[in-house]
Amino acid sequence: MDSSCNCIEPQWPPDDLLMKYQYISDFFIALAYFSIPLELIYFVKKSAVFPYRWVIVQFGAFIVLCGTTHLINLWTFTLHTRTVAMVMMTAKVFTAVVSCVTALMLVHIIPDLLSVKTRELFLKNKAAELDREMGLIRTQEETGRHVRMLTHEIRSTLDRHTILKTTLVELGRTLALEECALWMPTRTGLELQLSYTLRQQNPVGYTVPIHLPVINQVFSSSHAVKISPNCPVARIRPAGKYMPGEVVAARVPLLHLSNFHINDWPELSTKRYALMVLMLPSDSARQWHVHELELVEVVADQVAVALSHAAILEESMRARDLLMEQNVALDLARREAEMAIRARNDFLAVLNHEMRTPMHAIIALSSLLQETELTPEQRLMVETILKSSNLLSTLINDVLDLSRLEDGSLQLDLGTFNLYVVFREVLNLIKPIASVKKLHVSLNLAPDLPEYAIGDEMRLMQTILNVVGNAVKFSKDGSITITAFVAKAELLSDSRNPEFFPVPSDNHFYLRVQVKDSGIGISPQDLPKLFTKFAQNQSTATQNSGGSGLGLAICKRFVNLMEGHIWIESEGLGKGSTAIFMVKLGIPERLNESKLAFMPKVPPNHGPTAFPGLKVLVMDENGVSRKVTKGLLVHLGCDVTMVSSSEECLRVVSNEHKVVFMDFCTPGMDGYEIAIRMHEKFTKRHERPIIVALTGNTDKVTKESCMRVGMDGVILKPVSLDKMRSVLSDLLEHRVLFEAI
Amino acid sequence: MDIVNQLQRQFIDHSTSLHREGIVDDQFTELQKLQDENSPDFVVEVVSLFFEDSEKLLNNMARALEQAQGVDFKQVDASVHQLKGSSSSIGAMRVKNACIAFRSFCEAQNREGCLRCLQKVTHEYSLLKNKLQSLFRLEQQILAAGGSIPVAK
Repeated sequence: MDSSCNCIEPQWPPDDLLMKYQYISDFFIALAYFSIPLELIYFVKKSAVFPYRWVIVQFGAFIVLCGTTHLINLWTFTLHTRTVAMVMMTAKVFTAVVSCVTALMLVHIIPDLLSVKTRELFLKNKAAELDREMGLIRTQEETGRHVRMLTHEIRSTLDRHTILKTTLVELGRTLALEECALWMPTRTGLELQLSYTLRQQNPVGYTVPIHLPVINQVFSSSHAVKISPNCPVARIRPAGKYMPGEVVAARVPLLHLSNFHINDWPELSTKRYALMVLMLPSDSARQWHVHELELVEVVADQVAVALSHAAILEESMRARDLLMEQNVALDLARREAEMAIRARNDFLAVLNHEMRTPMHAIIALSSLLQETELTPEQRLMVETILKSSNLLSTLINDVLDLSRLEDGSLQLDLGTFNLYVVFREVLNLIKPIASVKKLHVSLNLAPDLPEYAIGDEMRLMQTILNVVGNAVKFSKDGSITITAFVAKAELLSDSRNPEFFPVPSDNHFYLRVQVKDSGIGISPQDLPKLFTKFAQNQSTATQNSGGSGLGLAICKRFVNLMEGHIWIESEGLGKGSTAIFMVKLGIPERLNESKLAFMPKVPPNHGPTAFPGLKVLVMDENGVSRKVTKGLLVHLGCDVTMVSSSEECLRVVSNEHKVVFMDFCTPGMDGYEIAIRMHEKFTKRHERPIIVALTGNTDKVTKESCMRVGMDGVILKPVSLDKMRSVLSDLLEHRVLFEAI
Repeated sequence: MDIVNQLQRQFIDHSTSLHREGIVDDQFTELQKLQDENSPDFVVEVVSLFFEDSEKLLNNMARALEQAQGVDFKQVDASVHQLKGSSSSIGAMRVKNACIAFRSFCEAQNREGCLRCLQKVTHEYSLLKNKLQSLFRLEQQILAAGGSIPVAK
């Protein structure tokens, strides 16, 4: 070759085929090298998240340059100029630089890319886990909903059959059970009987003894227990070719108020349980899950509660029915009793009437006979007839009266009558008999006894007559004294009869009658029996025992009707006796000036003694007001004692003083203290004087404290004469006064 | 008779003025009601006792208030209370009212106020005493002249 050509020759002469293949490969390489970056760019553009764009650029550059190198290589197979070689060399240099840079870069990039992958894996796992948990929660929620629904269903009825049926049905549905069964303890408590099942409508009365180990195991645990499908309680379905599903049993406590079969359970203290058996569908691979077991336990408890409610309801219904029956029976009994009483009364009335007529005839005719000429023996006989028939007549009256009194159907016939006349009539009636027995009868009527009174005249006379008649009957000689007066306030309460505490008022007064005789007396042990029906004093039963023993009993009832009291005092046999009674009588309207028989109203400005001799104690430190109060009271006729200190007051006070006036507003003198001490000193109410506070201020506090401490009244100073007068009369009448302003 | 009538008229006027000026109130009338044959001098006795008592009390009060070193207000109050009680018992209205005012100053422990009240009380008391004494004199004159005490309305 000539040296003028600057071309570079390849090392060896070109082999055609070899060359051709190289040529083609280079070409394709170049093509690939150019298209790869394009593809990369295209796809990276599509993806939004690829973070390493500049890496792509680098990579792209590297590849492009490689491609260029291979492309330029195509020219070097044949003769090529130095320029081509230069270009080739530049390209190769660039490629080398870029490749090295890229290689270095990749050292950083690749670990990052790998870690991305790990994170992705981790997140996937987490997502799977959460999914699982979600699944669980959902299942629990489902269960909860089911339980609520079940409970609602169970509790919406109070009929136990419905409750149980519903339970089984709902459980079956919720848990997709094959079979549900309920075994109940029998009456004897030794066996469990199959009572309800889900699928079979009328279960055959299977029974299983209660003391099987598997049953004990279930009863002793408060949880649902898995039992074997082969145990007797689970073998409800006819055995088949299938594999039975898992069985679970739970106990249902039966609270002792429920009576499933009959009431006579021998032991109620031991807990009784029913057994609930649940079977999963056979041939399914289902297992009992924990949440399902929980559901079963909850339901079992709910059922127990619902059943006991149902039982309570049944019980109360039964009780109510029983009560209604009893009511009806009682009503009937009452009506019958009423009819009986009415019949008896009618009978008595008729009898009475029937008996009285002949009695009347006998008495009348015998009296008439007495008037005629008779021989002494005849006279005696007639007198005896008369006496006996009188007694008989009295007896009839008494019996009738008593029966009416007992019913409470007796009512007093109130009317205005002359009291003096009544007494005189009694006297007249009794005088003949008394004179026969040589008894002296005297009548003392107090001057303040009102002439007229309102009450039951007949019955009052009957009472007085009875009492006086008794006195005459039981006295052989001596005298009988009848005293009648108006009972005064202080004497109204008798220490013998502490319960009897009558309070006279404006239009009533208490008449007190005392009949004293000098007869045979009554021994102390007989005293209480006197007023009992038909009880006779044994010692006198032989002696002129004419009475039936009803007299005093009737008197007592009459006196009680008149809101009074009757009793007999006697110092013993042979020492005579005194019969005393008090009755409440009304005061007729027109006699208004003697409002209260024992407290005649004082005309104003004149000072007749309104409260004669009333002993009063006045306590006041202030000399002047003491003198004024004393003057007031003396003017009203009281007997006033004055003290000036609380010690003196407590020393001097006695049960003779009826009223104590205490000045209250002296500082240093504790009025409350005195009141309390006075209450202590006089324990019996009627012995204690009435305590009244005189004070200058009447605010509520003072009044309340006075009341609390036991004072009987509060008066505002200064006190006028009229006010003092009315205060005293109110006090003595009512023993209490709380507003005298 | 003429003298008696004159005296009686005087008595009535005096009595009425006492009531009108508020020196005595109805309680005094009540006191007069209590006078009867059993206690003919009741009113005089009570009023004399009142005068004795009040003079003692007023002296106590004056002495207590004069104490330069620490007035014992409690003591003063106690005396005023007594005076108030007595005066209300006989119906000396103005004295009583003055006492009420006096008490509030005692509670406030105001010496100046107390002294002023004491003056007022003393003044009222003197006035009352004069009037009552002239009333009693008139009564005696009437009785001496053979007349009867008219019941003033």
